[in-house]
Amino acid sequence: MNDLMDYDDVMAAYDPVLGMEVHVELNTASKMFCGCDNASGGAPNTTTCPVCLGLPGSLPVVNGKAVESAIRIGLALNCEVATWCRFARKNYFYPDMTKNFQTSQYDEPICFDGHLDLEVDGRTYRIEIERVHMEEDAGKLTHAGATGRIHGAEYSLVDYNRAGTPLMEIVTKPIRGLGEHAPAVGRAYMAHLRELMRALGVSDARMEAGNLRCDANVSLMPKGDDELGTRTETKNVNSLRSVEGALRFEIQRQGAILAAGGRVHQETRHWHEEGWTSPGRSKEQAEDYRYFPEPDLVPVAPSREWVEELRATLPEPPAARRARLQDAWGFTDLEMRDVLGNEGSLDLIDATVAAGATAASARKWWLGELARRANEAGVDLAEVGVTPAEVAAVQALVDAGTVNDKLARQVFDGVIAGEGSPDAVVAARGLAVVSDDGALGAAVDAAIAANPDVAQKIRDGKVQAAGALIGQVMKEMRGKADAARVREILLEKLT
Amino acid sequence: MSHAFLTATASELGRRIAARELTAVEVAQAFLDQIERTNADVNSFLHVDTEGALAQAAAIDARLDAGEELGPLAGVPVAVKDLFCQEGVPTTASSKILQGWRPPYSSTIVQRMLDAGLVLLGKTNLDEFAMGSSTETSAFGPTHNPWDLDRIPGGSGGGSAAALAAFQAPLSIGTDTGGSIRQPASVTGTVGVKPTYGSASRYGVIAMASSLDQPGPCARTVLDAALLHEVMCGHDPLDSTSIDAPVPPVVEAARSGDIRGMRIGVVTELGGEGYEPGVVARFTEALDLLRQAGAEIVEVSCPNFTYALGAYYLIMPSEVSSNLARYDAMRYGMRTGDDGAHGTEEVMAITREEGFGDEVKRRIILGTYALSSGYYDAYYGSAQKVRTLIIRDFEAAFEQVDVLVSPSTPFTAFDIGEKLSDPLAMYKSDLCTIPTNMAGNTAGSFPCGLSPDDGLPVGVQVMAPPLADDRVYRVGAALERLYAERDGGVLTDQLVESWVPVDVAEAIGFDEWDLL
Repeated sequence: MNDLMDYDDVMAAYDPVLGMEVHVELNTASKMFCGCDNASGGAPNTTTCPVCLGLPGSLPVVNGKAVESAIRIGLALNCEVATWCRFARKNYFYPDMTKNFQTSQYDEPICFDGHLDLEVDGRTYRIEIERVHMEEDAGKLTHAGATGRIHGAEYSLVDYNRAGTPLMEIVTKPIRGLGEHAPAVGRAYMAHLRELMRALGVSDARMEAGNLRCDANVSLMPKGDDELGTRTETKNVNSLRSVEGALRFEIQRQGAILAAGGRVHQETRHWHEEGWTSPGRSKEQAEDYRYFPEPDLVPVAPSREWVEELRATLPEPPAARRARLQDAWGFTDLEMRDVLGNEGSLDLIDATVAAGATAASARKWWLGELARRANEAGVDLAEVGVTPAEVAAVQALVDAGTVNDKLARQVFDGVIAGEGSPDAVVAARGLAVVSDDGALGAAVDAAIAANPDVAQKIRDGKVQAAGALIGQVMKEMRGKADAARVREILLEKLT
Repeated sequence: MSHAFLTATASELGRRIAARELTAVEVAQAFLDQIERTNADVNSFLHVDTEGALAQAAAIDARLDAGEELGPLAGVPVAVKDLFCQEGVPTTASSKILQGWRPPYSSTIVQRMLDAGLVLLGKTNLDEFAMGSSTETSAFGPTHNPWDLDRIPGGSGGGSAAALAAFQAPLSIGTDTGGSIRQPASVTGTVGVKPTYGSASRYGVIAMASSLDQPGPCARTVLDAALLHEVMCGHDPLDSTSIDAPVPPVVEAARSGDIRGMRIGVVTELGGEGYEPGVVARFTEALDLLRQAGAEIVEVSCPNFTYALGAYYLIMPSEVSSNLARYDAMRYGMRTGDDGAHGTEEVMAITREEGFGDEVKRRIILGTYALSSGYYDAYYGSAQKVRTLIIRDFEAAFEQVDVLVSPSTPFTAFDIGEKLSDPLAMYKSDLCTIPTNMAGNTAGSFPCGLSPDDGLPVGVQVMAPPLADDRVYRVGAALERLYAERDGGVLTDQLVESWVPVDVAEAIGFDEWDLL
């Protein structure tokens, strides 16, 4: 039912124009307009109160921390910060809305007119930000029935735990001039926002958890034209891969329609993880939200002094930080790509280096042994159970010759099992490498006696055969022997 | 069982309870008895919380017996307009759509009253969601005016005003969006004050129009109203629009009543055609008394007040249309049509169709229209500009005078049923009171005698700048004293015979009581 046009053919005839609307769930302690716990999860309807349930008589009060986050996001996106702005009510009926209006912002957003520069495949794209505004999230509906949608459901359940969660909506101006790179730039934009939100510490920014939600708008403009085409808005595209896929699909779908002389319908579309979009609600009979200024809230008027204080708290821009660290650590582009591809590892390596380890060793542990463990346990790297300081301490033990890499893995076992610091684990488990010549000599003698054939080969000059005897000694010593010293003693005895 | 307290002032009751001459329980019981005896005639109470009130009273007695020092109103009963949420007590806004709902939380004002030791008797009748000037739009039947049971008691807070006039409570509370405290006070011969917007918390008060709603005190005397005002008002962090400023010295002003040298402005635009001659006569007489007491009376023009009613009927319904959207059968209150044959949207529509009365629907439709895309600027936008002009008129006027005065309402209590089918005639009840809501300043209504036309109470409205609520009480107290000197008491004294049985009145021994 969806005819698609070859992507290159679309690009030959049309220029895609993007518009990204991104909702960021803030990780504030309490909700946008009440004191309820803002943590997600929990039994349905347990983190609620008269305010977020919209009970008769209840009134909202703005969460100052959410305003602070909004301003910091705006500043990080090079926006202007309003000197005075109001909330507005967006009126529509839906059972996940406790008041049947959403308290949002309309024509007076807290931040506006910003930009960010994205680097994609060596080219820099400037994305103009139209606005950043504050609003509240709705509850969650679960529909029981064949369709899983509200129409045709046998019954529906609603959980208002999420109702009132602070949301920031970041809206771009139409993004032109991307050509064939449009889907990749859309993806890079989301990746950038994700990184930025985490660097700011304002959101967990996990797309799969809905902390960061993307509504991707795209339209096609015949090459040489200057008038924007009709756009579609693909809702809730919840992974980077999906953002790219959804944009690419819509470009190909719209291309086929236009090339056949058809007309693109302005509508919202749903993204399916199998790689296609389907029509949702038509926006042609645009709903009238009857926006008006929220009379229950006084205007927000951030002082310039406060805005400047917040500007001073901004983290180093992610791109600048990446470049600085790569340079300081001496990583190749390939090594850096590995680091960036491993969520959280940049910060962990940075902290491990700060704790005294070399960048190379920090990278080796975090991307190797510890990434493997995190992967097996199904947790984020940062939650693997070892701190950067502990990694630095383990590496120090390796550098001092106290443990080798193999023993170091056992040290991590002990640290993760809560047996104490790396030093304490080495002591308690008796993991230190044996480099005492007496003990090693006896073990070497025993290995020679047990393998006369191999010993003879070495005496005959086949030094490479030493490996088998060294292995024998290591096994005997349960891996705690200093392998280099074993080799020296062995060769002394046989040559 | 003693009924010796029904006609006493709240301050007197509070003093005697504190002195342990009376117990809070016996006082509460006396009013509960009076409600039981009279409510069938007046229909001022929708719910009487007998058990709760007696328990609160017993707790106050215990604390006083233990030697605790409580406030001046500790142990004094109060009636609560059924728009204030009180935990566990039915709260309906006089609408079928909320019938049976018991809030899981209390409004800030209910809590403040409980903290001050007041005893909450129950919930009083009002126009549905406070929309009306007669209490006739209540889903639970009209309230009758104790001066004449065939007449309306005003609205929306007719229940709270009638409860005072029928001696069912010494104090009550209301909310005032366009005159819902002042107009009922006027037509029942009682006192009602709308504090400065933002002085009394709206948290837990069922909203009609958020930018206009303001809770306030109702009483039979000015000092009683001031004492309750002090309990009700003060900053509330749960209400974003609450003002973080000290409560003006209203009690001191009510005790003083000294208006010598005060400049009082009569608003030209709040008079003339449409004002009953009897109302005008009593208002003019009030001005003469104020002049004799040392005030200077001047005329002041507020030209934009003429547009206040029209602008109000755009802003108020706009906010109503949004505030009342939450009554959708999904979470609480009434639900109809949920028979398996109707979808969610249909159940919402069917419930709202059945649950809301005509006046509520009329305002929701008006407001929905006024906010619609393409009409917003012409209606809501223009109305907001008028609002700014009204504020400027007040500011200019208050540069010339200390307070402004007018009749509280153009006509006395009309017959039940007389204006119900003529909304525009009904809306004119609030001609004089609306400008103050639009500007957010303060005003009160005080009795000024009975109209020579029909023998029914007339009220004078006193308006003051924001946070100058004490000026309202000062002038109110002056008027009260002037009438008492002339007539020997307050206006509602004339109702004692009708509403307090003779045997009870004899038992009271009135001369021992300080009725003022």
